[in-house]
Amino acid sequence: MSKHEPSNLQNETQGWFFEVLHNRLVMAGSCILILLVLSALTAPLWVKAGVLRSPIQQFPTGLDEDGMPMSASGQFYAGTDNLGRDVFSRVIFGTRVSLTVGVAAMLTATLIGVMVGVIAGFHGGKLDLLLMRFTEMNMTLPAILLAVAFAGVMDGRILHLHPSGLPWHWLDVELKRGMASLFLIIGLVCWPGMVRVIRAQVMAVKEREFIMASRALGASDSRLIFHHILPNIMPTVIVMAVMLTANTIMLEAGLGYLGIGVPAPAPTWGSMINDGQPYFITAPHLVIVPGAAIVLTVLAFNLLGQGLQEMLDPKRKG
Amino acid sequence: MLFRLSSRLFWSAVTLLGTAVLTFLLVNAVPGDVARVIAGPKASADVIKAIHTKFHLDEPIWKRLGYHLNDLAHGDLGQSFVTEQPVAEAILTRLPTTAAVSALAIVMWMLLAVPLGVLTAKYSGSWFDRIVLVLSTLSLSLPAFWLARMLQYSLSYKLGWFPVAGFRGFSHLLLPAATLALLTVGYYARLVHSNMTEVLNSPYIRAARAKGASETAVLFKHGLRNAMIPVITVLGMDVAGLLGGVLFVENVFALPGIGTLAVQSVFNLDVPVIMGTVMFSAVIVVGANLVVDVLYRWIDPRIKSAA
Repeated sequence: MSKHEPSNLQNETQGWFFEVLHNRLVMAGSCILILLVLSALTAPLWVKAGVLRSPIQQFPTGLDEDGMPMSASGQFYAGTDNLGRDVFSRVIFGTRVSLTVGVAAMLTATLIGVMVGVIAGFHGGKLDLLLMRFTEMNMTLPAILLAVAFAGVMDGRILHLHPSGLPWHWLDVELKRGMASLFLIIGLVCWPGMVRVIRAQVMAVKEREFIMASRALGASDSRLIFHHILPNIMPTVIVMAVMLTANTIMLEAGLGYLGIGVPAPAPTWGSMINDGQPYFITAPHLVIVPGAAIVLTVLAFNLLGQGLQEMLDPKRKG
Repeated sequence: MLFRLSSRLFWSAVTLLGTAVLTFLLVNAVPGDVARVIAGPKASADVIKAIHTKFHLDEPIWKRLGYHLNDLAHGDLGQSFVTEQPVAEAILTRLPTTAAVSALAIVMWMLLAVPLGVLTAKYSGSWFDRIVLVLSTLSLSLPAFWLARMLQYSLSYKLGWFPVAGFRGFSHLLLPAATLALLTVGYYARLVHSNMTEVLNSPYIRAARAKGASETAVLFKHGLRNAMIPVITVLGMDVAGLLGGVLFVENVFALPGIGTLAVQSVFNLDVPVIMGTVMFSAVIVVGANLVVDVLYRWIDPRIKSAA
């Protein structure tokens, strides 16, 4: 019996679909997310069509007589920043950075977290002990402090991964701050949070009869893991991954706020708040607008995660 | 029990040692010639060389790691490259501020989260429960640095209810602590809620109701006391997360705490202070975990050795 759950797939999918429609949290979260993803994807098209201004162009009309940022008006929907750039357009383009970095970091962290959790839970014994201690070590460091230290390494120098003496320059890695290094940093910092839950789930699934049955039929460890255990813990992984994305986006914003995120002139929400702070008293929109964008995005992922969790485990809401 | 405790202590020590090695390797990968940071950009080659010898900067990294671990074992966190103040002293003088803000914040969010969690568990599924759920999710979604700035602007600067920034007395701690509390209250309200829901569905609660205990007694004496055990555990393990929030809030409100110290040291490339603050937070987190673990077994003897 290789297919452990003989079920009517179509019925199951339909059931899920109706449940999604009925869960208001899931609906609210996914509606906001669809809107955000759409605006992120289509932003360059709007600029081409002339509806949206370029996010990095500095407009002379965007500064008042004293050269100060202007608040919202009919011309600039969310005002301008200290360089005369359109805040509304920058916030829209910031969605691209936030979502890309956030989702890529989530995938990195999920991959590592699930791998460590599954190996620890499935293997048990000494390896389990070792992996869990290593995870705990990583958990003792505040994520933001760790990410700050990591981000400091990215200064444009070249890391030679090839053995000295061999001219394998394709193995050289340039340590440069950008979207790629940023999502790797955040991913490397965020994985320990997943391990415990995944490990506990794997340990529970491992003891069920169908695992024993396929083991008795001679299934290999990798077959057990990939065909039987992973599909069974997938719902948990998805809920945790959605909630993790809220964290990775928050961390990206925090690093941008500290001035060590994706470098200028790329529009990121965190760096917009950082740049806007000195003008807060006269132009509070420079802080309010990008902050609201962060709240909306993180809220969307949290609502979606919360709702999916309820669907998964209806008797324990919350 | 004694064996358990000694094995826990052993693993805590191993965890701290691992953290020390990890932070050393990580922080020493941070770019820039540290000697230049100490002496300034115009320093002569002789001065740079003297600093290199003083801080063993020319020696191989594994030797420096050895010196570092030896110093740590003697409780010596080194001295700041920038201010030349001993790091342990810098941390300890800032500890009371950070501890006061954190403690005040914990009291504030617990006072809010516990009643909210109990009531939402009792009226589970009602509109009240759903509204609290959405508000809790909102509180989870606020960036610390943004909320701190907004509250500072509206409540301190515009309305003048609180001091704007700095630290001259208890009143300066109120708004930073309230900010931290607002960021965290949602998470704990849900935590109390889900534990309370589970407890309220258990047989001994039905038994308590059957014997005619009043609703208040059922909720608070029988229910809450049992629901709080996991909440306290999470609180103990959550110190690292709390420090992350403190870092931003202290910076916005210009409080002279450990968070401000950490951010300054990162911008100054002040390696000993970076390592010191990370090590300090690791000690606090590991210590809190240990205390919670021991307390847990003492409060609830059913948990014996569940790995």
